[in-house]
Amino acid sequence: MSGSNRPMSPHLQVYRPQLTSVLSITHRATGVALAVGTFFLVWWLVAAGAGAEYFDYVQAIMGSWLGLLILLGFSWAVFYHLCNGIRHLFWDAGYGFELETAYKSGWATVAGSVVLTAVAWAIGLAG
Amino acid sequence: MSDKSMRTDLGRVRGMGSAKEGVHHWWMQRLTAIALVPLILWFVASVAGLAGAGHAETAEWLAQPLVTIAVILMVVATLYHAALGVQVVVEDYIHHEGWKFCWLITMKFIFLVLGVAAVFSVLKLAL
Repeated sequence: MSGSNRPMSPHLQVYRPQLTSVLSITHRATGVALAVGTFFLVWWLVAAGAGAEYFDYVQAIMGSWLGLLILLGFSWAVFYHLCNGIRHLFWDAGYGFELETAYKSGWATVAGSVVLTAVAWAIGLAG
Repeated sequence: MSDKSMRTDLGRVRGMGSAKEGVHHWWMQRLTAIALVPLILWFVASVAGLAGAGHAETAEWLAQPLVTIAVILMVVATLYHAALGVQVVVEDYIHHEGWKFCWLITMKFIFLVLGVAAVFSVLKLAL
């Protein structure tokens, strides 16, 4: 790396985890999880198209305790990736890079993902 | 731009970079992200409202013209966004050229199949 003054990426084994770095890797982790989760979204749509019998079968699997647990994690991952994604879009536009702002928007992402997940499940359980 | 740069004047003017695709990947990731903010919020709220609904009610909801259009837009944008995101993860972590190539092709085929299956299923109910 001689002759280069370019900044280096923080090394995981040397740097203490911080809110900003934890949220960053969580964005990638939820992104990968959601990419795998698209299979369940498409499975549900295919089941709806296939007819009542197969749809009931898939609904029963998704309505089981394991299915609901996965859906709970899936819904949180959706809202986390959505909130943090909006945070990234602001950065892309050149706003919010100050350390204090980055921490505020970070905590807002954490709070927003939990609140939106709770609201979605409140709608689901009420209906 | 330092005078140590190895880039030619023509390369700089074209602005396509070493991968010859310029900012297309980056830009499509952002465009799909912006589109997905309203689409995902609407879809999750709708599906939460449908929780526990049987096949007839779900199929009837999916068959409404505006719902059909929005669901197809949501699924296509989601799978496109996922393919772009997984591509970056594969390129970051898989260093063997052959395996990287295999993963990228397999991943893109899977998302394409999921997309066609989802669009077919929704249209089957709507048409």
